[in-house]
Order: sequence, then structure tokens, then C-alpha cells
Amino acid sequence: MKPTVFILALAPFLWLLYRALTGRLSANPVEDITLTTGVWALRFLLITLAITPLRRLTGWNAVIQWRRRMGLFAFFYATLHFLTYLVFDQVFDVPHMLADVAKRPFITAGFFAFVLMVPLAVTSTKGWIRRLGRRWQLLHRLVYFSAGAACLHFIWKVKVVIGEPVYYAAILGALLAFRVLWRFRPNANPRRATARASAS
Amino acid sequence: MLIRRSPDVRSSDITDERLYLRRREFMRLAGSAALAAAAGPLVAGGGAEGMTQAELSGIKSKVVTTDEKWNSFEDITSYNNFYEFGIGKDDPARYAGRLKTSPWKVKIDGLCAKPAEYLLEDLIKPFELEERIYRLRCVEAWSMVIPWVGIPLSSILKRAEPTAKATFVEFTTLLRPSEMPGQNEAVLDWPYREGLRMDEAMHPLTIVAVGLYGKTLMNQNGAPLRLVVPWKYGFKSIKSIVRIRLVDRMPQTAWSVANPGWYGFYSNVNPDVNPVRWDQSRERRLGTLFPRKTQLFNGYGDQVASMYAGLDLKKYY
Repeated sequence: MKPTVFILALAPFLWLLYRALTGRLSANPVEDITLTTGVWALRFLLITLAITPLRRLTGWNAVIQWRRRMGLFAFFYATLHFLTYLVFDQVFDVPHMLADVAKRPFITAGFFAFVLMVPLAVTSTKGWIRRLGRRWQLLHRLVYFSAGAACLHFIWKVKVVIGEPVYYAAILGALLAFRVLWRFRPNANPRRATARASAS
Repeated sequence: MLIRRSPDVRSSDITDERLYLRRREFMRLAGSAALAAAAGPLVAGGGAEGMTQAELSGIKSKVVTTDEKWNSFEDITSYNNFYEFGIGKDDPARYAGRLKTSPWKVKIDGLCAKPAEYLLEDLIKPFELEERIYRLRCVEAWSMVIPWVGIPLSSILKRAEPTAKATFVEFTTLLRPSEMPGQNEAVLDWPYREGLRMDEAMHPLTIVAVGLYGKTLMNQNGAPLRLVVPWKYGFKSIKSIVRIRLVDRMPQTAWSVANPGWYGFYSNVNPDVNPVRWDQSRERRLGTLFPRKTQLFNGYGDQVASMYAGLDLKKYY
């Protein structure tokens, strides 16, 4: 299963590479690369965030081993996305890039989404998980902010807010809502359940 | 510096509007057979599929405003913003073929002495087709160089004899959801509308294009006739026009209705004004990988800047 999932996760990248090398991209290939890598970064972020709900709802506990890997694929595509922007839009001009980040809200959101992923990718190893202990969990809650910023980045990017950007924001909303509902579900907390029972 | 002339271009083509128009008048009186021939292919070319492009004959003069490399026919006809056919860049090339562009009627009305509805070929027939090599700058920060074929908008407007009250021109695109699938989505308030101030409309650089690369327009490029205003962002150059109306107030435009904070009426190319989320200081010329600097008025400032003297371009974007 593992190699199959890896190949599937890399398929969008390989397909993009194939189209680029064989001249099958549009008249604006940089735009194609930016869009493809950006959309897949967001999709993998959403897949990552879907794993916990999937596990809770199905009881399929083994799925949890994929959460970190899916997160790393999100980071892989986000890095390609960011590098495309840095190289082909900003031509390695870091001061110009930072000015752009400060000036345009949709770039600010995208940059924020990417920067938040960096510490998560760095601390994704077993060693860091051990070292950070309980704080690892806390740190990795940053992924919610990253995903939120990524959705905002996509929505602010488009001229007409319909289709994909809206669907992704809705999916993220549902995935976050699940967590809230799960926490406050009836009988979630035995102590609270008892308290409620005695009150009534 | 900005308008470069190839050796076969007369100066009258570019600068002196008076001479320029008189020359065409002369040509009309002379009744050159080539002129009538020029309009012929417009009829033949607008086939149901819109995919077979007829050669345009009788193209008389050439105005070259840039010596930069032309974008390929392939690029120009495969990468388009024409939301009537979908919001993807390849949607127009994919879906525009079903649009029937013949017969095509254009109504010219409003504040003018001779309002009329023309068949496309009758609208074009009296005038000489000209080739115009223009830069096109999209608000999305990409650009192309396109060899248009068309006639000055001023010629068409003058035939309608605008009254002194006419201060703006309003343009409307065809509304036909059965052949324009994008119009079934509430992307914009259809039909697409655009507008120009009277002096902008009468400016010699402003043309109505009926072709490119010497052939009739393909549907994805706005067949059978579209506006080309090279110093404004591409969305001002409205496609597949069915109505030109002379009015006395600033017309509403599709994009400024959709998002007034982003799109103003003027929408002159301006590297220093960024109401839209794109960074307008730079652009990517299709066919190249790295961005280049965007020029004020898309490099046509020598010709058009005087029209905006005293206008706060930051306020009136």
C-alpha cells in the first residue's frame, strides 16, 4: 500500500513535469506550474486534516500513520509553489518579495500559510516528536492556521469567487467543525456527562 | 520612441488624425475594388464552427507600435479570457466554436444623427482594413504582442454622426447563453458591457478588430468584431460586439459592477496603481519566463497621456 500511495501522491508532480518537458503546458507555463503546485498543496493539507475525522468516524486507527506523510506532501507541493513564485515572479529578489508580501493581502496569506508549515515539516521526524513530547501536539495545531491562510490565499487570488476556492474553504470549514462537534459531543467527557445527569 | 515605424508606414498612419482620415476618405471615393473584397471574407469566415479562418484581403496599411516579437498564432488563440465561454484560460478555445457568428448584426444608436443596425459586412465595407501591431496587457499581469487587423473605431462612429451631447460610448457583447455556456453562470452581470470616453473612442489607436495574423478572428478572440484599446487593460477591449451606443454619461462596465474596488472605468495600464490583487508594476510577456517592467499606458503614453492631463490617475483608475 505504501508505494502505491507514494506514487499517487507524486503523480500530480510527475504529470506536471511531463507536460513541462514535452511542451504541453499553456502559453503561460509559469502560471500552470504555480496553479498546479498551489492547488495540490492545499488539497494535501485538506487530506491531512481529514485523517483524524476519518479515524474517529470509522475506528480505522491505522490510518493515523498517514497523517504526517500527507502533511509532508502538502509541504512538498507548497515548497514548489513558493519556489516558483520566488524564482519566476520575484527573480530571487528577496527584498522585492518581502515588499510584495507586505503589500498584497493574498500574497501575505499565502506566505503565512507556507511559513507556518516550515516548523511542522522540520519537527515531523520521530526524534522531534520524542523530544517535544506533549508540546509536539500543541505545535502542530499550527496546521489549522496554515490551512485557513491557504484557503484565504486562494479565495483572494481569484477574480470571481466561485468553484474550487469556495469548495476547499467549505471542506476546511467542515473538517474544523467536526473537531469542535467531536469535542462537545454528548458523552464526550464522562465527568461532564455525569454532571449533566445529576443536574437534570 | 514608443511607436516605431516600419519603412512602409506613412507617418499619417500614426500621428495626424486629420490627414489619416482624409486619406481613407480618398480611398473610399476612389472605390477601390480591394476595399469591397476586404469585407468579403468576414461573411465566409464566420462559419458555424468558427474554426476555419478566412484570409483577409485588401489590408492596406500597417501601423507598427512595437518591434517586439509577435506572439504565435497558437498562443494568441489558445490562451484567452472570455468568460462567456468559461473562466479557464483554455475554455474559450474549447467551447467558442459553437458560437454562430454569421449573420451578425451590430446596432449603433443613442445620441447620433444616423442610428442604424448593420450587417457586419455592411458595417465594415466602406473602410479600409489596416494591420495594427499592438501590445496587449492583461490585468492579470501577462502580455502579448498581437498583429490585429481592423479599422479605427472613429471611422465607424463618424458614420453614425454623434451629436454634441454624446460624451461616452457604451459597448455590449452578444447575450446568447445557448451558444455561450459561461453566460449560464452568474460570473458577471451578463451581457458584458464596456465603455470609453468619447475622446478615447475617437483616438486613432482605438480600433475595432475583425482579424489577426491576416485572417478573420477566431471566436475565442472575440469574433466577428471586437474592440482593441492598447493602452488599457485587456478587459476593456470588449469582444463579440452587438451594440455600440452613444451616451451622455459614464456607462456601467461589467467588471466595475462586479467589483468596483478593483476595476475602475478608465483601467489605463498603470504600474503605480494596484487596486487589483495583481502587482501591476511588472508583467510576463507570454513566451518568456521572467517578468518585465510594465510601462505607464502600456507604453502608449506619447500618444494618449495628454487625454488624461489633470486627471488623478490614482483616483480615477
